Amino acid sequence: MDLSFEWIIKIIETNWPMFLRGAGVTLLIALIGTIFGALIGLLAGIIRTIPIPERGAKRGFLKFINIILSIYIEFFRGTPMIVQAMVIFYGSAAAFGWQMNPIIAGVVIVAINTGAYMAEIVRGGIISVDAGQYEAAQAIGMNHVQTMTHVVMPQVIRNILPATGNQFIINIKDTAVLSVISVTELFFQTKTVAGNNFRYFEAFFIVCIIYFILTYAVTLILRYFERKLDGPDNYTVVGSHAQMDAGEHKGIGQ
Amino acid sequence: METVIDIQRLSKSFGNHEVLKDIHFSVNKGEVVCIIGSSGSGKSTLLRCVNLLEKPSGGKIIYNGENILDDKHDIHAYRRRLGMVFQQFNLFNNHNVLGNCVVGQMKVLKRSREEAEKVALKYLKVVGMDRFVNAKPRQLSGGQKQRVAIARALSMEPDVLLFDEPTSALDPEMVGEVLKVMKELAETGLTMLIVTHEMEFAKEVSDRVVFMDKGVIAEEGSPDQIFNHPTGERTREFLKRTLREI
Repeated sequence: MDLSFEWIIKIIETNWPMFLRGAGVTLLIALIGTIFGALIGLLAGIIRTIPIPERGAKRGFLKFINIILSIYIEFFRGTPMIVQAMVIFYGSAAAFGWQMNPIIAGVVIVAINTGAYMAEIVRGGIISVDAGQYEAAQAIGMNHVQTMTHVVMPQVIRNILPATGNQFIINIKDTAVLSVISVTELFFQTKTVAGNNFRYFEAFFIVCIIYFILTYAVTLILRYFERKLDGPDNYTVVGSHAQMDAGEHKGIGQ
Repeated sequence: METVIDIQRLSKSFGNHEVLKDIHFSVNKGEVVCIIGSSGSGKSTLLRCVNLLEKPSGGKIIYNGENILDDKHDIHAYRRRLGMVFQQFNLFNNHNVLGNCVVGQMKVLKRSREEAEKVALKYLKVVGMDRFVNAKPRQLSGGQKQRVAIARALSMEPDVLLFDEPTSALDPEMVGEVLKVMKELAETGLTMLIVTHEMEFAKEVSDRVVFMDKGVIAEEGSPDQIFNHPTGERTREFLKRTLREI
């Protein structure tokens, strides 16, 4: 019974419900955290790229909001998530007497953290949309909100999709740090399993594989969505004798 | 003749660089006006000032009897009356050909999808792109993109159509197809203001040619006057240089 392989089988056989539950909690926190984080990031990124008017009350207000957003982004990007988890979980208990549900606390921490990163990703995505796209929308008579919703943001969302997927994968792995506030995610469960059996290598080897399966599955799903969003590479030319006419049209005016 | 846009004492500076100085200039209904001049003469800036993509530093732009540079004037309402065709096409990358021609009509003019598509198809037919409604901008050639861009502008049924060097970014063999469409539009009586380097085209389609040099309008007149009997020294020099190149 000392062979690792046999232990791995045994641990899986007896503890699979714990791994499954842990994986479920990890995915739940990572998914909801990433979605809310992306929404926070979208909002923050959009606000930070609103052109600041030259004068008026709106200018002061916008500048104030921008400063607040900068502080938020720099602070949460500049401190480890494991420390933020401790500060928020124990801080809210000490200051307000809240006994936060660890899973909810975990989602909040992941969302706030992701939001700080996503804000910069979104800002970069907005800046990288060609100025000509704004100009064409403005020239057609669209206002700033219409320009953003119908022209710029759809392109931004497509462009930030790979970075968002990246963030989701990072979150699946980083939820492991939430074990410090007793969130019963995958890493926490594994520690328990390992402790119960006094078999650390085997338990963590199993969880290593589980983490990889989770992240790789997410990668594949995101790739599929990206391809869906890009649409087919071909297009159909409408009308009869389509191919011939398409050729003719390229030749107009020659 | 009815004046559509009347520009008075218009000036534009970038920092301390004065790009446009004291421009007086108007466009009449049904007229085709070409603006020519060497690079850096301010002709594109003038065009971009007309639809306020650049904010003029001073002067007036009178449209329908109102100065649209007044603070209280609704810029968006004014812009939707002008069409713009860009050098770099600037088709909306997130829409297909039909979407490009429809989105402005629906969101800005509040037309129904049905009506917008009907109008879009009508103008896509005019530019010979009606069979490519499903194509995405990235799947089209430069000339095709520019023809779609023209259809997009026409779909808004503007009072004036502005062209900012519409063929300068095109491969030589695609210039013809775009100029042909523009020529056909000119014949329909559409009011057009065109910044161009295509001298033969300007000579052929314009009712009036404006020659710009160093931020001012150096000479203005009929194509015959400008191309065959220019009075200004600079106009003559410019034409000698560009016509020799052709």
